[in-house]
Amino acid sequence: MALQELTYTFEAANPQPFPVEWMHSGVVGSGDMEVMFTKEDLGGKVNFKIVTPVTGFDEVWSRVLQKFVNESGISDVNVEINDNNATPVVVSMRLRQALQDAKKEA
Amino acid sequence: MTTATTKVWDTLLRDAKERLADAQPYVKEGKVVAAEDAVKLLEAVIRPGDKVNIEGDNQKQADFLAECLCKVDPAKVHDLHMVQSVLSLSSHMDIFEKGIAKKVDFSFSGPQGGRLAEFVNEGKIELGSIHTYLELYGRYYMDLTPRVALCVGYQADKNGNLYTGFNTEDTPVIAEATKFRQGIVIAQVNEIVDELPRIDIPGDWVDFVIQSPKPFYCEPLFTRDPALITDSQILRAMMVIKGIYAEYGIQRLNHGVGFDTAAIELLLPTYGEELGLKGKICNRFILNPHPCLIPAIESGWVESIHSFGGEIGMDKYVKARPDVFFIGPDGDMRSNRCYSQMAGHYAIDCFIGGTLQIDKYGNSSTATATRIAGFGGAPNMGCDAKGRRHATGAWTKCGEEYAMGPELYGDMPRGKRLVVQLQETFREKLAPGFVDQLDAVKLQKTANLDIPPVMIYSDDLTHIVTEEGIAYLHKCGSMAEKMAAIRAVAGFTKVGLEEDPAETEKLREKGIFKTAEDLGVDVSKANRNLLAAKTVHDLVDWSGGLYNPPAKFRNW
Repeated sequence: MALQELTYTFEAANPQPFPVEWMHSGVVGSGDMEVMFTKEDLGGKVNFKIVTPVTGFDEVWSRVLQKFVNESGISDVNVEINDNNATPVVVSMRLRQALQDAKKEA
Repeated sequence: MTTATTKVWDTLLRDAKERLADAQPYVKEGKVVAAEDAVKLLEAVIRPGDKVNIEGDNQKQADFLAECLCKVDPAKVHDLHMVQSVLSLSSHMDIFEKGIAKKVDFSFSGPQGGRLAEFVNEGKIELGSIHTYLELYGRYYMDLTPRVALCVGYQADKNGNLYTGFNTEDTPVIAEATKFRQGIVIAQVNEIVDELPRIDIPGDWVDFVIQSPKPFYCEPLFTRDPALITDSQILRAMMVIKGIYAEYGIQRLNHGVGFDTAAIELLLPTYGEELGLKGKICNRFILNPHPCLIPAIESGWVESIHSFGGEIGMDKYVKARPDVFFIGPDGDMRSNRCYSQMAGHYAIDCFIGGTLQIDKYGNSSTATATRIAGFGGAPNMGCDAKGRRHATGAWTKCGEEYAMGPELYGDMPRGKRLVVQLQETFREKLAPGFVDQLDAVKLQKTANLDIPPVMIYSDDLTHIVTEEGIAYLHKCGSMAEKMAAIRAVAGFTKVGLEEDPAETEKLREKGIFKTAEDLGVDVSKANRNLLAAKTVHDLVDWSGGLYNPPAKFRNW
């Protein structure tokens, strides 16, 4: 199963600082993913790096991640996702859950 | 005035007597026929062109008699018109391959859906109509009365009395239609005994009983392993409980067969309890005895349950909860699909279940382009019963919110059934749950059907729940607004990508679309820790050891 790497950069309209320095959440089980957030000064931007076996869904990834950034307002953070066939549903839920956990931790 | 000829008014009865006389050589004591004579019996009582019913549903099956029908001589028995609930065993299809049967009217074909589509294409089978259960039962009393019915029960006595017990299901509606039009009723039973625990079908409705070589086949279709419930199903379940059940005070309902409703059942004692909803929602159900409902029953949520059929391994548990289930004088439950479907059509306030595809207008179907599957009972429950005349809180509230109501019946107060579809925007292998056009439309063409097989029509659908939120479709004042609400919940599918964020904001303001946040549902809590039981073993524990799961669900 060849893996491919996707990268995206987004910027929220109403940026808010990511609540913790570093955060890990999730497990790379089948149909699932793990995500790591590392805080860094990126001039308000968010960098995503995705490693996934799925091809042909670059546009859907872009939409899912952009929506997450816009709704949550996260900024100045590197996000790494290791994906194992998670559906867009699961991706957006895992991101939202990780952020909730980060807010609770902070 | 004199009449030269006398009209004969009892041709059906005379014909039946001839058939019964032909069968006499195979009858032993009373009405008992030996299993090895079953094929000869069928050849004696079935005539070419007869309407024949093989009993069976998505649970119990008259599998032995179905196999016997495959073995009759096609020179003697041919061109049969099968009228039956399901085509689910391979024997149900083999009779067409062998030229014994030619036409079928049915409700559901589940596992044989692909083969049925092939047979229709190859001209091996003449497809009548695909019905709902109630619709087909209705036609048993109109133009599709079986001439011969092949039924199934647990026990019989030599006089033909039947004990169908926990899995009574369709037997009464079939046997009554057949016998009271002077047809022939044959039953396979697991054993012939001297005394029955109770009589479910009286012996004078039954002509022959046969002890089958092995117990009838029964599918544990309603058993869902909690270990397989996903976090996104839990999130949708939380939204349903808060945004629909609590919002409308849903007390009378049906739950379908899927994992989504299993998740709801397992959240009642945890999340539901936390929201203070006990006694306010989910009091009365029509459903099969779902093992996943055990924790809610044990926690005192459920007042009553009537069942379409039994569920393997649940008999002892059900028997020990007679205040909840419908129990006979002998102490065992009696299911009845006809009556449960009747309650599902008229007496529930909410139908909720999953589907494969929802189109941009809100029509939904589980049909795919290469399988003719049918929908069983879902359309009768997943619709607004137009003949309903009793009011309940939930029904009245939904009717008050129905924005198209004034266009249809002026200012007259009227309620509305809640019909809810739970949908994952993408399923496994990234198959989209929302589509421009249903595969059902393609199927209509490939299988030459009269109309596309739609499970739930848009005008009956009131709510769609996805991980994006809930669309309250009945609050939409036009099809254009409804389509916008569907786009809002359709996520990243092609339908959802057409969403206009400004339009969605307007729908949020009007309360037509609500996200998890709008509903006050904490997404971070949507994980398996919220389930009252996480495994089948947990369900056994909740039942105090009364639930006895089938071997394939025992992984400990």
